Amino acid sequence: MMTSDVALPKEKVYRPAKWRLFLERDSSMGYAMVAPAGLILILFIAYPFILGIRMSLSHWLVGQEPVFVGLQNFIRNADSTIFTRTVQNTFIYTAAATVLKLGFGMALALVLNNTFRGKGLVRAAFLLPWIIPTVLSTLAWLWMFDATFSVLNWFLRYLGLVQRGISWLGDPVLAMISIIVVNAWRGIPFFAISLLAGLQTISQELYEAAAIDGANAVQRFRYITLPMVKPVLLVVLLFSIIWTFADFQLVYVLTRGGPANSTHLFATLAYQVGVVSGSLGEGAAISLTMFPILVVIVVILLMYLRKE
Amino acid sequence: MADDQQLSRSAVTQSMNRRAFLHIAGLATGAAMLGSVRPVAAGQAPAQLQGTRLTYLQWVNFVPAHDAALKKQIAGFEKQTGAKVAFETINMNDIQARTTVAIESKAGPDIIQLAHNWPHLYEAGLEPVDELAEELGRKGEGYYDLPKSHSFVNGRWRAVPHSIVSPASTYRIDWFKEVGYEKFPDTWEGYREVGKKLKANGHPIGQALGHSLGDPPIFCYAVLWAFGAKEVETDGKTVALDSQETLDALDFAVGFWKDACDEGGLAWDDANNNRAYLAEQISCTFNGASIWVEAKRNFPHLVPLTNHAYFPAGPHGRYHPHATWENAIMGYSKNKEAAKEFIKYLMEYNNYVEWLKAGQGYSTSPTKVFAKDPMWGELDPQVEPFKDSVKYGRHFGYAGPASRKAAEAWSKYIIVDMFAKAVQGTPPKEAIKWASGELKQVYGA
Repeated sequence: MMTSDVALPKEKVYRPAKWRLFLERDSSMGYAMVAPAGLILILFIAYPFILGIRMSLSHWLVGQEPVFVGLQNFIRNADSTIFTRTVQNTFIYTAAATVLKLGFGMALALVLNNTFRGKGLVRAAFLLPWIIPTVLSTLAWLWMFDATFSVLNWFLRYLGLVQRGISWLGDPVLAMISIIVVNAWRGIPFFAISLLAGLQTISQELYEAAAIDGANAVQRFRYITLPMVKPVLLVVLLFSIIWTFADFQLVYVLTRGGPANSTHLFATLAYQVGVVSGSLGEGAAISLTMFPILVVIVVILLMYLRKE
Repeated sequence: MADDQQLSRSAVTQSMNRRAFLHIAGLATGAAMLGSVRPVAAGQAPAQLQGTRLTYLQWVNFVPAHDAALKKQIAGFEKQTGAKVAFETINMNDIQARTTVAIESKAGPDIIQLAHNWPHLYEAGLEPVDELAEELGRKGEGYYDLPKSHSFVNGRWRAVPHSIVSPASTYRIDWFKEVGYEKFPDTWEGYREVGKKLKANGHPIGQALGHSLGDPPIFCYAVLWAFGAKEVETDGKTVALDSQETLDALDFAVGFWKDACDEGGLAWDDANNNRAYLAEQISCTFNGASIWVEAKRNFPHLVPLTNHAYFPAGPHGRYHPHATWENAIMGYSKNKEAAKEFIKYLMEYNNYVEWLKAGQGYSTSPTKVFAKDPMWGELDPQVEPFKDSVKYGRHFGYAGPASRKAAEAWSKYIIVDMFAKAVQGTPPKEAIKWASGELKQVYGA
C-alpha cells in the first residue's frame, strides 16, 4: 500500500483572547462589573473620607500647610460648650423628628392604603414635600417663621391669641421645635410611601382570618400589620436616622445654627468652623465625630433587622 | 604709540557707541514692552489683556444702583482692554464659604471682594498686592486706618481696600416725636430710654442679633467698646473680655433688648431690619444708608419721616466697626496682572466717583481724596452721618492689632453670641465666662 505524504490542511483551533477568557470566568466578570462602582466609591467616598481623617488630625488653616496634631482637635472640641450643645441638639433633633415621621408616616400610610376616590391624586399630593428641593421648601418655611412677616403670627394675631408676633426662630426652644417640625413635615411622605409599599404586600386573608377570630383594629395592627411591615420599617428608619443625623440644608437655611448656636447640628457647626471660619482641621474633627456614633446606630439596627 | 592709542581710543569709541546703541535699543524695546503691560496714561489699555477672561466675585449689594454702576465700569474696562470680566454676585454671608473652597481647591474667581478683616484669615491664599495698593493709596492721599488695618496683613497688602459701608442710626422722626424726642439721643442710656417709650407705643427698635456679617457684630462691638470693654489686650494674645466693663455692656444690652427691641431680632440677618423698617414694623435700626436709598426708590412716603444719626456714645466714648470691602486677587489666579489692571481701573478717580454717586451715601471711600469730591455736597442732607462716621471706626480685635485671630473670633461670632446668650436669659457673668473661654481657644491663651 502506498502512502502519500500529502499534508492535510491543519484544522484551525479557536483560541479565545486572554482577556476574553478572563472575562468568561464568573469571578473575574464579577470584579469587572463591580469595578466602575468601586472606582466611584474610592474616588468620591473613600478618598474624601481618608482626607477628612487626615484633616481632623491636623492643624489645618485655610490656604496653609497642615501640621499633624494628633487628637488635639477632638480634645479641643470636647472642651467647647458649643460642641457639647451641638451633640445634644443632634440627638434631640434626630430622635424627635424620627418619632414624628414614624408616627405620622405610619398613620398616613394606613389612610392611603384604603380605597377612596381620588386616591392617586392624594398620594401624589402627599409626596410633594419630599419631592420639592429642600432649600426651596425650607425658604417657604423661613418666611412662615419670619418674626415680622410670618403668616403664622398673622393668623395667631387675627384670632386674638397673641398681641405681638412670636419669634419662632429667635427663641432657642421654639427654634429647635421649628426645625424639628419642618424636618418631620419633609420626611413624613418618605415614611408613608415606603410603609404603604410594605402594607400592600400583606395578604387580605390574614386580616379576614383575624377578624373572624374576633381581633379588633388595634389587635390587627399590632399582630398582623406591624410584624409584616417591620423589615420595611427598619430599613426606612435606618435611612431616616442617617439623613436626619447628618442634616445640613434645613438648619442652615432656617437658623444657621442660631440663635446663639442653640440649633447647631454636627454638619452646620462643622461648616461654620471649617468652611466659614477657615479652621479646616477643627471642622473636619466635628464632622468626623458623627461617624462612630452613626456606625453604632447602623450596626444595632442592621443586627436587629437580620434577627428579624 | 600715538597711533596705537588713537586706534585704541577709536575702538573704544566704536565699542561704546555699539554698547550705547544696544542699551538705548534695549531700553526702547523694554519701554515698548512695558507699555504693553501698563497703561502709559490713565485710561489707556494694556494691549496684552486682549482676550483675557477674568472672574470677579462680589456680594449682592444692598444698593442695586451700586451693582449697576459696577457693571458699567466692567463694560468700560472690557471695551478699553478687550478683556472679558465674568461678574458674579452672591449673598454676602456665603462669600466666606466660597473663598475657603476656592483657596483649598485652587480654582475659582480671580478676584473676590472680601469683607472686614478677612484678608487676615485668608492671607496664605491671597496674592500680595503691595505695589498696587501703595500706588492707589498715594493717589488717594492715604488710606484711613480702618480699611488699612483690614487689608494690610503682617507687613504686606493682601487686598486692595475698595469701600466702606458706614453704619448709622436710621430712625422715624414722627414716632420719636410722639414719645417726646425731637432729636436722636446721644448716649446709649438715652437710646434705651427712648426705645422703651417707642416699644410701649408699639414701635420697637429693630436690631439683628443672628449670625450675619454686618449689623449684629457692628452693634455688639459698638456697645462693648462704648462701655470700655475689649476682647484682647494690646499684645493681641491676652484675652481681656472677663471684666467689669464687659459686664456693664451686657447689663445694658439685656435691659435695652427687653425694654426697647423687637425680640425677633435674635433670628435676623442683615436684610431683616431693612424689611422691617420699610414695612413700618420698627422705629429705628442701625444700618448703612440702604434703607434710605430703598425708601427713596420704592417707599417715598417714608422719606420725609426718616432721618439718620451717629451711633450713641457710652461712658468710654463712641466707637463702632464699619463694614469694609476689599478686592483680593487669589493666589491661584492665572490672570494676576489683568486682575491688578481691573482693580486699578475700578479705583480710577472718575470711575470710582461714579460708583460712589450711585450709592447715594451708602458707601464711602477707603482713601481720603474722595471725601473732598463735590459729590458729597449733592447728596441728601439726611445722609450726613454716613459721610464721616469712619472717624469713630475701630477694627475687630481691638485693643489688639487686626490679626488672623481677631478675624477667626469674628468669624465664629463669639462676641455676637455672648450678647445673644445674655439677652436670651443666660446670666451675663456666665455669658462672659463662655465667650472668654471661646476667645482663649482662638487666641491660644
